[in-house]
Amino acid sequence: MSLGIGTTLAYLAAAVLFIFGIRILRSPLTARAGNLIAAVGMVVAIVATFFEFKADVSTLLLIAGVLAVGSGVGAVTAIRVPMTSMPQFVAAFNGVGGGAAALISFSELYKLSQLGLAEQSFVILLAILFGILIGGVSFSGSAVAFTKLEELAFGGSVTFPLQKGVNAVLFLAAVAAGVNVLIGGPLPVAAGVAVLGIALLLGVLLVIPIGGADMPIVISLLNAFTGLAAAASGFSLGNTVLIIAGALVGASGTILTYLMSAALGRPLSKILFGAVAAAGQEEAEGHDKPVTSGSPEDVGSMLANEADSVIFIPGYGLAVAQAQSAMADLMRTLESQGKEVRFAIHPVAGRMPGHMNVLLAEASVPADKLVDLEDINDEFDETDAVVIVGANDVVNPSAREDGNSPIAGMPILNADHARNVVFVKRSLSPGFAGIDNPLFYDQDRTTMLFSDAKEGLEGVTEAVRNQG
Amino acid sequence: MGAELVSQFVVLVLAIALGFELISSVPSLLHTPLMSATNAIHGIVVVGALVVVLTATETLTLVLGLVAVFFGTVNVVGGFIVTNRMLEMFRGAGRGRGR
Repeated sequence: MSLGIGTTLAYLAAAVLFIFGIRILRSPLTARAGNLIAAVGMVVAIVATFFEFKADVSTLLLIAGVLAVGSGVGAVTAIRVPMTSMPQFVAAFNGVGGGAAALISFSELYKLSQLGLAEQSFVILLAILFGILIGGVSFSGSAVAFTKLEELAFGGSVTFPLQKGVNAVLFLAAVAAGVNVLIGGPLPVAAGVAVLGIALLLGVLLVIPIGGADMPIVISLLNAFTGLAAAASGFSLGNTVLIIAGALVGASGTILTYLMSAALGRPLSKILFGAVAAAGQEEAEGHDKPVTSGSPEDVGSMLANEADSVIFIPGYGLAVAQAQSAMADLMRTLESQGKEVRFAIHPVAGRMPGHMNVLLAEASVPADKLVDLEDINDEFDETDAVVIVGANDVVNPSAREDGNSPIAGMPILNADHARNVVFVKRSLSPGFAGIDNPLFYDQDRTTMLFSDAKEGLEGVTEAVRNQG
Repeated sequence: MGAELVSQFVVLVLAIALGFELISSVPSLLHTPLMSATNAIHGIVVVGALVVVLTATETLTLVLGLVAVFFGTVNVVGGFIVTNRMLEMFRGAGRGRGR
């Protein structure tokens, strides 16, 4: 269907607002305005749609009701979600978007089948099938990602025999059902239901074997998927704003996924099809090796008396313990004694790139204290003390030195080059990737402060104050 | 392929090219908000869902469309608000210092 000129121009305006919004989201100072501009674009597109398609009052009331309920659910969820749980809620919002795209495509298939599929354009039908498949995978895959990150179900890596074979057979079955629709075979709507059902199953099966550490990459990939599904539904509806916005997200989501997997040193093919076999193997080993453990007073006196330059390395454990403010307090205490304190931010500190920056910003740590891996890694050699809280894998030297390590090749922070290293950690348990860290056992350099992150940091801050 | 489909294909390819270009130079601290913001933008499916409802002639498409409107609205509203919350914190922390 062709859109009216006014609607087309309004959609164009919305698309420009999306593009400009993303454009200024690239700078921290204008990012918030960028998000608001994109939201304005969304309102423009929605309002224009009501002017284009007239409907009776009862339909409009129904829509108004659904819009109100949907906005309420979205807003309340978004306002309540704690910042530590952000990744899973991004997954949830992404999943419902994918579900919407799949439903739109399916209802278009149904509508066209009533008109006779033989007269429909091959490209349109292809777009519809693609939208159902990708949207369905995104919906159920995001649901699994959500349950994994919320630790509701599917913990760790869930695998079963012949998993790849089963996935391949399912995918081929979906393709077969799709081809049936394309060549005008029997029961096209049932075939569409089959594609949707298989897509939902595939989404689950593709994501359950993937471990929690790789989940942000999966969410980013599913984000790109939903974008593509939205673009596909734009084709089937002949709606340009859907095509533009969907394609923008599909492309940008793909780039983000690539950037994240590069930062983790984990190629996408390995994440999706590697079924993480290596993790956990070395868990038992090393627990009886000797370590130097210390009290908060020991650490405090070392920081007060022997350290002029200090680098903090925060990890997800810091956020779980809600210890960001305690870390910020320690920073201010050390600075008041004339010491230089900086935060080294690994690209995947937290659970997504940039997640730690958000969490520290929440604790009022100035953004200029946060230094990226590339910019700080050469400076560890001249650093007196490193305090690592709730992080493990991102400072594990075996990523650099042991070619057989499951995290081999992942860029790490060179904490092991500093003169003193302090780990604030509950126990010697391995990190998210389940790998032992040789830096724990470097007794001359490393002090293990076995404690809850918050209590430990508060104890150290107290001790530093008493020294000063 | 009809003329309209061809022009839609042109739009698709240009938008993909633009999407790649827009993202390739972003500081890593903004990756999460950016993922979240693009996540909200693909909530544009709500427009598609509205079209389905507004042009529905049967109960089935009406119901499917309304469910899609609900999903899409949650996506849009939740996505933009969560992104705004993240970015508000940056502003609070970086006030007066810039970067």
